[in-house]
Amino acid sequence: MKHERGVRLQPDQEGVFTMTIRSAVSILLVLGFTVACGSKTPPVARPAPPPPTIASAEPARPPAPPEPVAEPTVVPPEPVPGDSISSASLDDLNRSSPLKPVFFDYDSAEVAAPAQAALTENAAVLKRYPAWTVTIEGHCDERGTAEYNLALGERRAVAARTYLVSLGIPADRLRTVSYGKEFPFDPGHDEAAYAKNRRAHFVITAK
Amino acid sequence: MRMIAAVAVAAFVTLRAGAQPPPPAVPSAPQQPSEITTTITGEGGAPPRLAVPEFIALTRDAETQAIARTITRVLFDDLTFEREFALVPRDIYSTIPAATGFSDVPFDRWRELNADGLIIGTVQKLPAGLRIEVRLFDMRSRQPLPPSAFGKEYSGSAANPRLYAHTMADEIHQSQRALRGVARTKLTFNSDRDGERMTGTIENRSVKEIYIVDYDGENQRRVTVGKSLNITPTWSPDGRSIAYSSYRRGQPNIFISNIYQGTLEELTKTAGNNFTPSWSPDGTRLCFASTRDGNMEIYVANRDGSNVRRLTNHPASDITPTWAPSGTQIAFTSDRTGTPQIYIVGADGLGLQKLTSEPYADRATWSPGPFNEVAYTARTGPGNDIKVISLATREVRQLTFGEGTNESPSWAANGRHLAYTSTRSGKTQIFTMARDGKNLKQITRLGNNYQPDWSR
Repeated sequence: MKHERGVRLQPDQEGVFTMTIRSAVSILLVLGFTVACGSKTPPVARPAPPPPTIASAEPARPPAPPEPVAEPTVVPPEPVPGDSISSASLDDLNRSSPLKPVFFDYDSAEVAAPAQAALTENAAVLKRYPAWTVTIEGHCDERGTAEYNLALGERRAVAARTYLVSLGIPADRLRTVSYGKEFPFDPGHDEAAYAKNRRAHFVITAK
Repeated sequence: MRMIAAVAVAAFVTLRAGAQPPPPAVPSAPQQPSEITTTITGEGGAPPRLAVPEFIALTRDAETQAIARTITRVLFDDLTFEREFALVPRDIYSTIPAATGFSDVPFDRWRELNADGLIIGTVQKLPAGLRIEVRLFDMRSRQPLPPSAFGKEYSGSAANPRLYAHTMADEIHQSQRALRGVARTKLTFNSDRDGERMTGTIENRSVKEIYIVDYDGENQRRVTVGKSLNITPTWSPDGRSIAYSSYRRGQPNIFISNIYQGTLEELTKTAGNNFTPSWSPDGTRLCFASTRDGNMEIYVANRDGSNVRRLTNHPASDITPTWAPSGTQIAFTSDRTGTPQIYIVGADGLGLQKLTSEPYADRATWSPGPFNEVAYTARTGPGNDIKVISLATREVRQLTFGEGTNESPSWAANGRHLAYTSTRSGKTQIFTMARDGKNLKQITRLGNNYQPDWSR
């Protein structure tokens, strides 16, 4: 209710504001006219003071030898200069994770719509940095068994890779590894934690 | 003296200290039979009742007395473990005076106890180790001095007195019950107990290293120092090597650690990911899961990594194989029906059959003879439990019932016990139980401990 009332008040406030601006403009116009009419003396040109001569205080020097010409530095063609991502170390790069993790449903390695969106973003990043090679880690939540989860994690990693390859990323830039349920992202024991742990995690291994 | 002469024991077993396992017992040219064939039986088919008074320290120093106490306690536990004997509680015979040697055992007093057998042992400290003698007296005999049904003498290092007791227990089980005891077996497993962190990763990840432990939870020792993820360890049949999967090179590969030589071999060196090794019963080959051809399939290779053959060929995932004791078949997990189930395939890749029909089944482990069974992890609710399926009748028995989640079963060498992991005490710990689900025993307590494998 409060919110709705606030919205209804807005046109009134805007009207008041416009009125205020209009009156301010007319006052300024009146003032400007008064000042222009009041000044009758023409402006007088005065000579500017000479610039200070510092060189005269010291004996004259021979001109400095020309600076050696700097060797032209080879600019890497990719990526664009001034890019903070290109200058970061691998660790910093992975810490800021320009590649988004991809999440999976329970007991599933299917790349669903949200996962497809994340992978499309990742594919765009990988196309911008064609030198990067990436390891895709497949992870599982703790409810499955340790051994079978190694297979499930592998399938998740491979599913993410297959989707990236379908978006035009060369397969030889993408390695897969399964960690099963060995490295949960969230150590919790509830669905919120499980959902974060059923993931494909991207690690940049070379750039 | 007359009694000692009557005991015809001439077998000497040398025990070595520390990391060295006992070499096979080599009798030193026995002049008399080294095995005594008398068998003590219980009344009416009941397990024989045994009394195990404290071993007699022939040298009276504190160290020898401590060793005598340790051996007695460990022997008592080892003999209890197989449930082949009924051990008379020790407080019942605490009033019977202790002997100073075999010559003054008060047999009349021991007869009042109504035990079937009496184990008397002596411990003597020598300049270079120990000399230990043990005899099992047949208390049902009407002779004035009960005859010895089992007797043996051991000499060797004083470094690990428990090993003397384990050896005695195995030999008593063998001679009296024709049973292969497991007192000298060990478990291997992986653990995060040392709290070390993985290097070269941004996320905070704990390393897992491979450990070994005596079957009773004693002598826990670390095997790997990879500061990496090391999982699914498995004993070679001779107990001298452990194969496991390690991520130390980034991709998981299978390594073989020869633990008594301190050498490391690499079974798989391919680009694929290689998981869950399992030894053939003769130790010459291993089967494992690998993605070398793109999909997770089961492979067999010689121990040196040569002659790799693919056993499965299916777009689903196949993992965690286990070899049948016969060496002719392999059980493994596959999700080709949509959920993971246990399958069996011939070691030649033929004769595939589905074994389980569970909501979810994993980590098969094939029982040694005489039991023709496969144990596995089954989903029974929010967590998992251990089940056993008979290969003859396909009858399924459940051994754990929802206390925590229970996973990764592994049979003992005689098929009478299982090791597995359970969260019933909080963290993930290794437990052992009898094949009927009874006699639960917690083996590990530090950190989290996973994927036990019981040595042959």
